[in-house]
Amino acid sequence: MNVKSLVTIKGVMDGLVFLLDDASELETLLDELEAKLEKHEQQLSGPIVHIQIKLGARQLPEHDKERIRSIIRKQGNFVVQSIESDPLPVGPADYSAYKVETVTGMVRSGQTLEHEGHLLLLGDVNPGGTVRSTGDIYIMGALRGVAHAGCAGHAEAIIAASLMKPTQLRIAEVISRPPDEWASSEPWMEYAYLQDGAMQIDKMAHLHHTRNRALQAKGV
Amino acid sequence: MGEAIVVTSGKGGVGKTTTSANVGTALALMGKKVCMIDTDIGLRNLDVVMGLENRIIYDLIDVAEGRCRLNQALVKDKRFDELYMLPAAQTKDKNDISPDQVRKIVEELKPDFDYVIIDCPAGIEQGFRNAIAGADHAIVVTTPENAAVRDADRVIGLLEKTNISRPKLVINRIRPNLLKSGDMLEVDDIIQVLAIDLIGIVPDDEDVIKAANQGEPTVMNPNSRAAMAYRNVARRILGETVPLMHLDEKTGVFRRMRKFLGMG
Repeated sequence: MNVKSLVTIKGVMDGLVFLLDDASELETLLDELEAKLEKHEQQLSGPIVHIQIKLGARQLPEHDKERIRSIIRKQGNFVVQSIESDPLPVGPADYSAYKVETVTGMVRSGQTLEHEGHLLLLGDVNPGGTVRSTGDIYIMGALRGVAHAGCAGHAEAIIAASLMKPTQLRIAEVISRPPDEWASSEPWMEYAYLQDGAMQIDKMAHLHHTRNRALQAKGV
Repeated sequence: MGEAIVVTSGKGGVGKTTTSANVGTALALMGKKVCMIDTDIGLRNLDVVMGLENRIIYDLIDVAEGRCRLNQALVKDKRFDELYMLPAAQTKDKNDISPDQVRKIVEELKPDFDYVIIDCPAGIEQGFRNAIAGADHAIVVTTPENAAVRDADRVIGLLEKTNISRPKLVINRIRPNLLKSGDMLEVDDIIQVLAIDLIGIVPDDEDVIKAANQGEPTVMNPNSRAAMAYRNVARRILGETVPLMHLDEKTGVFRRMRKFLGMG
């Protein structure tokens, strides 16, 4: 029983648009595409027709796209102009997929460092400078400016710095202004995190309480 | 082939012109051939501080626009034979000259002088871009105030994007009594934030104001502490290793005695 057609064909000014369903199995979809083309073989012969293929939300590797092209090419007068997917959804990507990337340098007043994923900065962030990252921010140096971790919305992001003297800390949507709200003058490395929507500061050694990842350390 | 050094700060009023005048004069005092360029077009001051205002005939804009030859515009100092100044125009503004024109002038001066000292205007706009255009090195001047340090940091960030070598820092107008009471930023704190090499610390000194008003650079005064500090900057530019001066107020015989006896 085929309730809804997986392949919709629309005519546009300069050819045809094939809308391919993005929820079904690829094999079923290709079968239906092939069947549909065979059925319409008679009508569709004639002068060259440009075809645009829209995949919806489906992302396909190049060899699968080639399969679609070869099916359509069986109709001698069809030329595939483009195969497009909807742009990837913007917003929080999978947080656990983030990788740590190292950047060396100083972020001085008036400069902004933007980053996707976890950021390891070897250097200082000076007052007036900003570091922004979609994941965690680790600063091996002094944080004296603004740091915004999880800027795409991840509230589980943390900000760690060897010297925690920020002008402002932001995690996801939460903004905190030391020293009005808290002050740090501890000699050890600290990190900031969100707990029930409020900014907290703790020493680095306590991070595993919240993250709770078993450590595979060698030794007796 | 000489070196071109731009003196800049971002913030106004921290002592760029005073530093340019004194370092330039100190280098001349040590036998170097020096040319100072004032790029603060529309608000020229270097000539006033040097006491050369009444000798100006042509200026930087005249040279750039070809109304005179470069050495016609150079004003010779009244104290040293090997010290010259290229004044800024007073009736134009910063947009009347381009970085390329300044670079050309600096390149033309470098073969004839040991040092070309470029006095930069405040700000980070066109005037700043003009001033740094031809420079090989930079001296960033700051004072022990948060606002001045912020602006210095901004300027260092901009300088690092150019091919000017790592900028050097002068901390100006240090007041030892405020330092002692903890009411002023410490030299060490400033260096930690800015993370560049220190080339001099200059104590606040009333002689600087007096000297500037008389059109005599402070370095000429052998009793001024600021003069000594500026001479030290010049010696470090020449490559000498000079320890930082002590900022304590003049130590009297009595205190020196106590220090000697281990009581100070």
